[in-house]
Amino acid sequence: MAAHNLKHALFCAIVTLVISYPILGFNLESQGTSVILEGAKTSTVIGVLLAAVIVFLFQLFRDNVMGSLRQLPAVNPLANRKPMEQSRRLKLESALLTLMVIGALIWPFIASRGAVDLATLVLIYIMLALGLNVVVGLAGLLDLGYVAFYAVGAYTFALLSQYYGVSFWFALPIGALLAALFGLVLGFPVLRLRGDYLAIVTLGFGEIIRILLNNMTSLTGGPNGIGGIPDPTLFGMEFGRRVKEEGNTSFHETFGIAYSSEHKVIFLYLIALVLAVITAIAIRRLMRMPVGRAWEALREDEIAAKSLGLSRTAVKLSAFTIGAFFAGFAGTVFASKQGFISPESFVFLESAIILAIVVLGGMGSQMGVILAAIAVTILPELAREFSEYRMLIFGAAMVLMMVWRPQGLMPMRRIHIELKPQE
Amino acid sequence: MLEVQNLSMRFGGLLAVDQVSLDVQEHEIVAIIGPNGAGKTTVFNCMSGFYKPTGGKILFEGREIQGKPDYKISRLGLVRTFQHVRLFGRMTVVENLLVAQHRHLNTNLLSGILKTPNYREREQKSLDRAAYWLNRVGLMDMANREAGNLAYGQQRRLEIARCMVTEPKLLMLDEPAAGLNPAETKDLNQLIISLKEDYNVSVVLIEHDMSLVMDISDRINVINQGRPLASGTPDEIRRNDDVIKAYLGEA
Amino acid sequence: MQDLLYFIQQLINGLTIGSTYALIAIGYTMVYGIIGMINFAHGEIYMIGAYTSLIAITGLAALGIAWLPLVLIVALICAMIVSSSMGWAVERVAYRPVRGKHRLIPLISAIGMSIFLQNYVHLAQGSRNIGFPDLIEGGFRFGAADSFQTSISYIQITIFITTLVCMTILSLFISRSRIGRACRAVSQDLGMANLLGIDTNRIISATFVIGAALAAVAGLLLGMYYGSIDPLFGFIAGLKAFTAAVLGGIGSIPGAMLGGLILGVAESMTSGYLSGEYKDVVSFGLLILILLFKPTGLLGKPEVEKI
Repeated sequence: MAAHNLKHALFCAIVTLVISYPILGFNLESQGTSVILEGAKTSTVIGVLLAAVIVFLFQLFRDNVMGSLRQLPAVNPLANRKPMEQSRRLKLESALLTLMVIGALIWPFIASRGAVDLATLVLIYIMLALGLNVVVGLAGLLDLGYVAFYAVGAYTFALLSQYYGVSFWFALPIGALLAALFGLVLGFPVLRLRGDYLAIVTLGFGEIIRILLNNMTSLTGGPNGIGGIPDPTLFGMEFGRRVKEEGNTSFHETFGIAYSSEHKVIFLYLIALVLAVITAIAIRRLMRMPVGRAWEALREDEIAAKSLGLSRTAVKLSAFTIGAFFAGFAGTVFASKQGFISPESFVFLESAIILAIVVLGGMGSQMGVILAAIAVTILPELAREFSEYRMLIFGAAMVLMMVWRPQGLMPMRRIHIELKPQE
Repeated sequence: MLEVQNLSMRFGGLLAVDQVSLDVQEHEIVAIIGPNGAGKTTVFNCMSGFYKPTGGKILFEGREIQGKPDYKISRLGLVRTFQHVRLFGRMTVVENLLVAQHRHLNTNLLSGILKTPNYREREQKSLDRAAYWLNRVGLMDMANREAGNLAYGQQRRLEIARCMVTEPKLLMLDEPAAGLNPAETKDLNQLIISLKEDYNVSVVLIEHDMSLVMDISDRINVINQGRPLASGTPDEIRRNDDVIKAYLGEA
Repeated sequence: MQDLLYFIQQLINGLTIGSTYALIAIGYTMVYGIIGMINFAHGEIYMIGAYTSLIAITGLAALGIAWLPLVLIVALICAMIVSSSMGWAVERVAYRPVRGKHRLIPLISAIGMSIFLQNYVHLAQGSRNIGFPDLIEGGFRFGAADSFQTSISYIQITIFITTLVCMTILSLFISRSRIGRACRAVSQDLGMANLLGIDTNRIISATFVIGAALAAVAGLLLGMYYGSIDPLFGFIAGLKAFTAAVLGGIGSIPGAMLGGLILGVAESMTSGYLSGEYKDVVSFGLLILILLFKPTGLLGKPEVEKI
């Protein structure tokens, strides 16, 4: 056994060297038309060697290491505690959420402009992730083209405002409904596909929509995108220094306060907050409604669900459409926040990030998804020097989560409907 | 009410079911028996719409249903259980029954999100119906447990209750007594008879437990190697030479 | 005449690209055939093959070695070794622990791996695209000198021949060798093969290694053909190759070959007669249509669902 372990450990160490040394140890540098090779920094080379040694030692003492790792949960005092009773947990959760919302309402007035702007982005991601959570977490449909519906929402607002001068408040429902319509139309043919094929097909749809946006230059401006998307107004009050549209007044003049560009940022943040809260509440209700139970039933056992009269297509389609609806919501807010959109904001990677948020938070778990959205958006901003490692870490995290904790950091706790004994 | 005419099902080169015919009248319990691999479950799968039969007709209340999608057949009132119990294991017992009433509850999304009184009333109604059936099959104490944690016999009963809340006209039971102990089988026996007597539901069942079959069935169809072998009342089947040969010849 | 020459040119270009798609598609189809998962990171393995071969080529140039056959063979071997090791490691780290779990779990793990590898190369080698030296220049030309000429470059011929050789070796390997036979047994019934004493883990690893090695070959060939590479170019190529695998019937090796060629030709015809911008739309559209209307592909076998 020991000899076998040694052989295996040696093999693993060599593989580690082979897969890391050529790629990390040499740098290809373009010089004019030719390419030259440079050795990497000594620190990188040492790092590679160290990695190989670590792999070697780990594989050699694998049984011991894994054995002691397995003992760890016993040290954790929270591991064996009894789950809280549902009614108490729900109360605690809603109290916590209310506190969070109140905090989020007050916070922008004391925070810096940049922070509020970032927070708006976080809220947009929360909406997206909550929407995708319906599709992936609740209905169990892996949608890799989710960003397409986000794009539909954003482009709907951009195009409507450019060609017809439609304001944010009109565009918001139109964008969301149009995205939902897209979900319905695209979803109808594809939802009878098996899980992994569905993932690839949605990925294909997402890419097709992006390529079309990129190439229909006369309509969408192609790669140059669409700019000059107006800010939302508050009962006809604009937040710019000067009023752009006739009939509108400006916010700062109406209230007789000095103009500040912060007003607009805070206003947008508050809109995003309200929409995110609406999204969360609506989805929370849906989960406890017949349609939510149908999603879950179909995910648990498709054959049994169908034998009880549930139409697979209708149930899946409802999840797909509702998910798309909230993506459209988020897209409209995004377009308004940026004031400019281009296909570059709607690449596959964006879908992958939203999926990563859902997976990290715990598929199906709203609280988990919200916290994951905050973490995934803010952490790279806090540690700027690590920001280029962001996607590397995302990828690694997705793999690690699937291997160790596929249920996510905050696994979904089902809200049971209780049957109360009656006389 | 149900009539199966010359049903055939072919998988590639294998003719699993060959020219099987049977019928079920209202207020009747009909059994399908036969050795393992005789094609009984395949007949069930064709009847419930899971397979599209390659030949023959299935009429339910005069309408042809062969090849219709399974969920539509179920909505007509032809509901089945499975040989290996298929519950929604992570949902609670009562939720399993609520899922089955999905269609009775088909309200629009907005009224649910806004919790209108009409919505609440319907939700309460389906909870009441669930409670009624839980009492009926003796699972009231388990109502808020996860279905996957129930004992096997309880899971079987829950599966039947889940069919019953859809208010079926014809219930198809695929080996309902499999894995049950004698006491549980006796309870099941009574439950099935009561479904017929008290709720006017016809029953088709596949079963290996001969005592159960002989006790409760009004008529029995025997299938052997995909082909119909005999049919008749329990007494006739008991005395049928072909049947005795098919069963005893193997043993 | 000119139209015909133009058409032939598109056909040749399409078959060239298509045969490299086929090489990559083998990896998808073999893995899918055996463990039923989409190895999303396969495109990245191919990209790593391309990078490794470029590193080997430039390294040899720096050492003053310029004899073309030697350069190509060394580059090929280096790429195959590194990609195969990567394929082995990826399976070991990201797929084996989640094997047998719910279908979405290995897929998400694979997507994570794909993102990880993309950024691994991105961080190590930068995001710019890097020029691949023109090692094999020139070619044949047909047609009158004053009008459109059909050309077949030596590199295209190299691609054809290499693909053909690889495919022949693979078929022989699958049908004759012990591991090949075990591969077929495992793809028929994994559980049964296990009971019969076949080390299924070993066979699954072997599938990843073989698929990765062929992807590395494609990496070198396509790198030379396109003349430049970047860390993202594996992703799209991977999707195309997956399309090819599905088109031909996933799980079927001749199907992957056929699917690759059809897809390559479809793409080059789109570029040639419509617009290069839409060639991706055509291949994704093709993928969607096949999955919708004939999910078993051209040469695949249907799956029977059981209760």
